[in-house]
Parts: sequence; C-alpha cells; structure tokens
Amino acid sequence: MSAVAQRERAPGRVAGTAPGRVRLGMGRLLAPTLAWIAAVGFFFPVLWMFLTGFKQEADAFTSPPKLVFAPTLAQYREIFSRGFAPFLINSAIATILSTVLVLALAIPCAYGLAIKPVEKWRDVLFFFISTRFLPVVGAIVPIYVIARDAQLLDTVTVLILLYTAMNMPIAVWMLRSFFLEVPRAIMEAARIDGASLRQELVRVVLPLVAPGIAATALICVIFAWNEFFFAVNLTSSRAATVPVFLVGFITSEGLFWARLSAAATMACLPVLLAGWIAQKQLVRGLTMGAVK
Amino acid sequence: MTVTQDRAGQGHRAGLRERAASAAVERRSRWARRSLVLPAMLYTIVVTQIPFLVTIWYSLQSWNLLRPGSRHFVGLANYGSVFSQPGFRTAVVNTVEFTASAVIFSLVLGLVLAILLDRRFRGRAVARTLLISPFLIMPTAAALLWKTTMFHPVFGIVNFVLKPFGVGTLDWASKFPMPTIITVAVWQWTPFMMIILLSGLQSQSIDILEAARVDGAGAWQIFRHLTVPHLRTYMELCVLLGSIFIVQTFDSVFMITQGGPGQATTNLPYFLYLQAFRRFEVGQAAALAIVTTIATIIIATIALRVLSSLFRGEELAPR
Repeated sequence: MSAVAQRERAPGRVAGTAPGRVRLGMGRLLAPTLAWIAAVGFFFPVLWMFLTGFKQEADAFTSPPKLVFAPTLAQYREIFSRGFAPFLINSAIATILSTVLVLALAIPCAYGLAIKPVEKWRDVLFFFISTRFLPVVGAIVPIYVIARDAQLLDTVTVLILLYTAMNMPIAVWMLRSFFLEVPRAIMEAARIDGASLRQELVRVVLPLVAPGIAATALICVIFAWNEFFFAVNLTSSRAATVPVFLVGFITSEGLFWARLSAAATMACLPVLLAGWIAQKQLVRGLTMGAVK
Repeated sequence: MTVTQDRAGQGHRAGLRERAASAAVERRSRWARRSLVLPAMLYTIVVTQIPFLVTIWYSLQSWNLLRPGSRHFVGLANYGSVFSQPGFRTAVVNTVEFTASAVIFSLVLGLVLAILLDRRFRGRAVARTLLISPFLIMPTAAALLWKTTMFHPVFGIVNFVLKPFGVGTLDWASKFPMPTIITVAVWQWTPFMMIILLSGLQSQSIDILEAARVDGAGAWQIFRHLTVPHLRTYMELCVLLGSIFIVQTFDSVFMITQGGPGQATTNLPYFLYLQAFRRFEVGQAAALAIVTTIATIIIATIALRVLSSLFRGEELAPR
C-alpha cells in the first residue's frame, strides 16, 4: 500500500479505529503477517517442548524432527514414578508461602507509603528497590554459612524467607502504584467516619485494589517459582524444587528428550498460565509500577 | 503542602482541644503510619542487608569451608588475589560481552515487535500472548530445551531449519558458545523489552499523532520526531532494568555450557559460584562478590536515577 493512499485515508480514521499509530508505510497485511511470524517463531520452542513431552523417546530423537506422532502419556507417568512429586510440592510450598508472606508485609507498607505522611517516604521506596538491584551472588556466601549454622540448609523454610525478601521490592512498588489510584476522597471519607488506618485499609481500600493485589501475587508467584540460584545452592535432596529436578537432566538423562520435555512442561505450566492471566499487569510488575 | 493542610483540617475536626492533646494524637497517628511501613522494611534489612555486611567481613578473611580451622584475618589480600586471578579478567570480559549483546539485540527486536503489535489486527491478543511466553518459561527449563531439542548438532531444530543454508551437524554450544547463550537470553528478554516499549507506544497521545498526520508528516517523520523521543525514557528503562537482570544470568550458563568450553562463557555469577561452591573458598568468593556488587551498584545508581525521574513531580501532584 502506498504512503499516499494511507495519508489520504488517515483523517477518516480519527474517530473510528483508535490506535492507528505509527505506520512505517507498511502494508495493511505486512505488519500483521510479520507479527504472526514472529509470534509463532518465538513460541515455537515452547510448543515443541509441549509436543515432545507427549512423544515416545524414539519419536523425539529423529532427523528430520517428527511433527506427527502417536501421543502418549508415558513420559508423564515416568517422571512421576521417578519422584517428581516431592519437587513439585516443595516448589508449591515455597512459592505460595513466600507470596503470602510478601503480601502480608507489603500491603500495609505500600499503603503507608501511598498515603505518604511517613517521613522520607521516597527514601524508603528507593531503599526497597535498591535491594532488588544488588546481585544475589553478592550475598550468597554468608547466606549459605548462616543457613548452615542455623540448620536451615536443605529446608523449604530458607527458600521461603529468601523469596519473600526477593519479591518484597516489586510487591511494595507495584501495590503502591495500585493504592495511588484509589481516589483520595474515598480514603478520607472513611477516616472522617472515625475509622483507624488499619480499619480503613481493610474495610475500604483493600476491596478496591483486590485486582491489583491479585496481579502482584501472580508476579511474585512467577519469580518465586522460576528461581534457581538459591534453590540449587541451598537445597540438595529434601527441599529441592522443580528447577533443581531439571538439573538432573543435564548429565544423567540428557538423551531422554521426551521425558525431559514432559518434566519441563510440568515445570513451566503453572507460571505460563499465571503469566497469561496477569499479562495486562505484567509490565507494571516488571517495571516496579513505573510503566502502566 | 497537602499534608499540612490535612493536619490542620484534622486538628479542627478534632474539636477545640488543647494543643498538647492534638500533638499527642498527631504523634500517635504518625506512629500508626510508620507501623505500617516498618515490618516490611525491617524484614528486608535483615534478610538482604545483613548478609551483605557479613560478606564484607568474610572478604577480609582466608577461609576454606573444607578445611576447618583455616579461618584467619588477612585484610585486603583476597581482593589482591581476585584481581590477579587469571580467570577473573576473562569473567569480566565475558560478562560485559554477554550482557551488552543480549541487551542490545533484545532491545532492537523488542522495539520491532512492539511496533508491529501497536496496531489492531486479527488475533493481536493471541500473538501478544504467544510473544510474552518465552519470558514466563522457567529459565532452567528454557536452557535445557535450547541445549537439547534446539541446539543439538544432529537432532536439533536449529540445524534442521538451517540445513538448506548449508549448515551441517554444527555443535553450536561448543563451536559458538557465546552466541548460543546470547541467543537464549535474547529469546527470553525480547518479550520483556517488547511489553515495556509497547506500553510506551500506547501511551503516546493520539491527538498529537493525528495532528502531525493532518499537517502532512510522513510515517517515518512521525516515527523519527515524535515516537522516538517519546520512547526514550522507556528505552532507558529497558536497557537499565535489562542490564541489571541479564548481568546476573546464571541458569543458562550453568545448564548449557557450564562456563565452557574452557572459560569461554564463564560470567561473573558463574565464576563466583565455582569459587564458593566448588572450591569452598569463602573469603575469596566474598571478595569477588563485593567487587561484583560494587560494579552493579554503579549501574543501579544510574537506573535509580532514571526511575526517579519517571516519578518526578509525583509528590507535587494534588492527590
């Protein structure tokens, strides 16, 4: 489509189709086609993982790769018979409990910072974010030694404590950005009625920001579930999580692609679904609430 | 401003009490607000700052966990050996090369994808959902999949796709280790860049764009003179947040190349991991951690400045 034709059409589009934003002289079909090709290309490894998980090993290991095959659940049975369940349970406990703990601490904090009259609220906010910017490797050595001395090595507890701290800045920042959207008049109305700060928070504000809390929880779940560095260094057998289970495939079972794919699918599915559900809020979580 | 007015208003509403009483109320309410913030803060200080301070203390000692009783104070000697270690320099160079390439490629790709998605078309929501998926995949699983089903010399998809171009049974992970892990990082981080930039594009004022169009500005002119300046802050945010996260990449190095072949892909986090958890040199690992942290703080300071510029004027807003 020529640029001239587009420019002629432009004024007519003002009211109708809203986001007729940047067009680099691309044809009407070219951009969507490219977008779709990119989408399929980026998604392909995920799709391939999903498909391979339903193959027999013989079908997984072929050249050229097989797209048509007789699906089987054998690999899923296999990974569970090899003790995948405890890893899943550890991951679930670490993820859920750390998320609950994060929310319990971050909700009041974000609220306190959103209504502002805490002195130096800005410094507090930036203190939180700065902890997320410090490399985790910077603290892993003493964490290991402290955990060892406190008999916390290879326990889910140590992961819960660390994941809570890891997600705290994101949760505080993100929740605060939701609290700021609550009309101030509503909060003040509650306060005039004689409600204390806590009552105001629980009765009036929380119901209003419930979707924001859910989105924050999902972001925390994503980061906690996918975490690997702490898990691999601080746990070994009893408290090992799903990513640690996957490590076993590098050496011992690296050639069992179908089984590996089934395990990877199980590992990725919860977060993939959570992320798809929360995708509208994802950008806010990843930029600490700076971008909406 | 608002705060003072608020307080004054409350003071009036409280009735005609004495000054002292209202000051007490005020003090109590200030503590009520502080008590909301403090638990989260104390928790974060205890869990994140104390280990860091302890790291500094450890870095001044010679201490190997495998040799009980080996612990003694050595001052700054560990820092000297960090810099003189042959592997350290390589790790720094690798980290810079890896981070810079991954950030630049994913930023450019992310920008292209954001532009493609910034217009209505059939199935846009689905395309967007597919595109963000790599970011949600567990990095460990992603690394494992790329290492096996994608990059395998004989049965991998990559070589299958490239076969018409004369690529035979190339072993990517050992022949091109750095491009291999960069590819995986770009695959994972492009969606991150894309969604931030897409938000940026969609926050552009339609009125201004339409006005420019009515005035006869071409698509490229609009992009060059309106969209790019508007996106600048978003791109800065992408680069800074991206660098901070990508510099810490551990999973894919650990899973795909194990830092090799030789030292070809050993970045700082992996190097530190080897020091601490293969050789159990606590003192040296701690010194290394401090050096890494200081380097990151420099990047992070710049990042914080950008973030804070995004929030500039917020306290003046009449909320």
